[in-house]
Formats: sequence, C-alpha cells, structure tokens
Amino acid sequence: MATAHVNPTRMELTRLKKKLVVARRGHKLLKDKRDELMRQFLELVRQNKTLREEVEKGILEANKKFVLARAVTTDEVLNVALMAPKQEVYLEIGSRNVMSVDIPVFHYKTKTPDANDIYSYGFAFTSSDLDDSVKYLSDILPDMLKLAEIEKSCQLLAAEIEKTRRRVNALEHVMIPQMEESIKFIVMKLDENERSSQVRLMKVKDMMLEQAHHYSEHDHVYGDVM
Amino acid sequence: MYKIAVLGDRDSIYGFAALGLETFPVSTPEAGAKMLKRLASGEYAVIYITEALQAKLEKEIDAYRSSETPAIIPIPGVAGNTGMGIMNVRKSVEQAVGSDIIFNENR
Repeated sequence: MATAHVNPTRMELTRLKKKLVVARRGHKLLKDKRDELMRQFLELVRQNKTLREEVEKGILEANKKFVLARAVTTDEVLNVALMAPKQEVYLEIGSRNVMSVDIPVFHYKTKTPDANDIYSYGFAFTSSDLDDSVKYLSDILPDMLKLAEIEKSCQLLAAEIEKTRRRVNALEHVMIPQMEESIKFIVMKLDENERSSQVRLMKVKDMMLEQAHHYSEHDHVYGDVM
Repeated sequence: MYKIAVLGDRDSIYGFAALGLETFPVSTPEAGAKMLKRLASGEYAVIYITEALQAKLEKEIDAYRSSETPAIIPIPGVAGNTGMGIMNVRKSVEQAVGSDIIFNENR
C-alpha cells in the first residue's frame, strides 16, 4: 500500500490536506468539463449521423447516373470531358473553441461564381446522365463539407472526452481515496504518538515523585507501625 | 488556402473532378497509403476517401484522427455503400461514451 511510504509528520499532513483540496476541486471541474463535452458531442454526433445519411444517399444517386453515363459514352470521351475542370474549390479553415478543444470551421470558396461552371465540357458528345451525375454531386457538396467539419469535430471531441474521462476516474477512484487513506494513517499515527508520550510522561512523573518522597518506603514503615 | 482531395478508385471519384475537387485515382492499397501520406502532409484540409480504400488503410487513417487537419472522410464508392462511414462515426461514439448509444437502435 502507498500509505507505507508516507512520513507520519505534521508537515506531511498539512501538505496532503492541501493536495486533497486541490484534487477535489480539480475533480469537480474535470467532471463538469466532461459533462459539457459529452452534451456537445452527442448533439454533434446526431447531426453527423443525419448528414452522413443524406450525403451517402446523394452520392449513391450521383454514382448511379455516372455508371449510366459510362455505359453510353466511351472512356476517351469521358476522360476528355472531365480532364480540365473549370471550377475549383478552396477552403479556409477557422477554428472554434469548445471546452478547450479546437474544432475546425470550414469556409469554402469557388474559383468562379457561376454555378454552371461545374460542367467542364460541351454538351454535344456526352450523355445527359453525366450532367445529372455532376449536378447531384455539386448539390451535395456543401453538405459534404459540413459533414467533413462535423465528423472531424466529433473525432476530436471524442479523443478529448476519453482523456478527460480517464482523468476524472483516476482522481475519483485512485488519487483521492489514496490521499484520504494517507491522511487517516498520519492522523492515527500522530494520535498514537501523542498517547504514548502522555503515558511516558505520567510514568516519569510517578518515578520522580517516588524518588522525591519515597512513598513506597513510607507505606512500608507505616504499615509496620500499624 | 487549403484544397480538397478525393482519393479512391477511378470510377468512384471521377465525377468530383468536375466540381473542382482534386481527384487522385489509385488502384492498390499500397499506392493509396503512399498517396494519403503525401496528401496529408500537403495543403489538403479535407480528404474524401472511398470506403473500400478506407477499410484497407484503417491504420494509416487512425494516425490522423486526433490532429486538426486533415479531416479524412469516408464516402461510398461506385460499388455501393458498405456502412464503413457510419461505422467510423460509431467508433467515435464508442471512444467517447464507452458504449454505442446512438446507433444501437438499428441493430
């Protein structure tokens, strides 16, 4: 046990008591942090779930159309059609602080403001399915970016929650009980020391009185007389 | 200024090129791992990756889980939805809560 290594001194006792107070306060704060993180996390994760379902549905639709487009156009034509995209998407990353976790916020910008610039080909030689496919993809692009933002936030929050939970548990189940035990040990030891010195003093006092007055001899003498 | 990358087999990701995302077609997991490393250390803040490839590169992707960028997001490929994407979200929930409390109703 850890208590075996504690010095049973008054100084150690005050030190431990101070440490315990700090540990208790830290524990309370961390617990609050964990609860708040958890609340935010659950909110985000629910959003994440619905967004993901939407995005996956959208991509599925786009893919269906794309497969159709591939079926009716040759590889070369398709390659040429998508070889030189007109549009470009840039991202700027801001960050938001949620309970000391920095989670990313994406702002995206397109190179050209015209929404029709997603079609990087003339419509003459490609199937209309390709147009549909590209349109579907461009429709869900904002959702996809939002999904990326939220999913990353969820991952970061999850990591932080795990860390915080470990700390809370370590404080609650290991550090604080250990300190309480050490404090108890020191208090007991000090009390015991005090009692033993009290007894020693009483005994010494007895002995000194005995030396000064020789009670036992008097007892003996009186006893003889009577 | 960051860019967005899409990584996966060619058929699944080709359409994204038209939107202005940068596509990186790879055919083997080894090439995918190499490419992922290159993209992640570069200027890409978001990397969409097909679920099929994501399933094979789980170890590499997990290394980026706790860093702020890049966000590596699985998307279904042309072969259909394998459920890996939602699994990934479930993994986060399990990590945070200790057990899966959001998705267990559809089991």
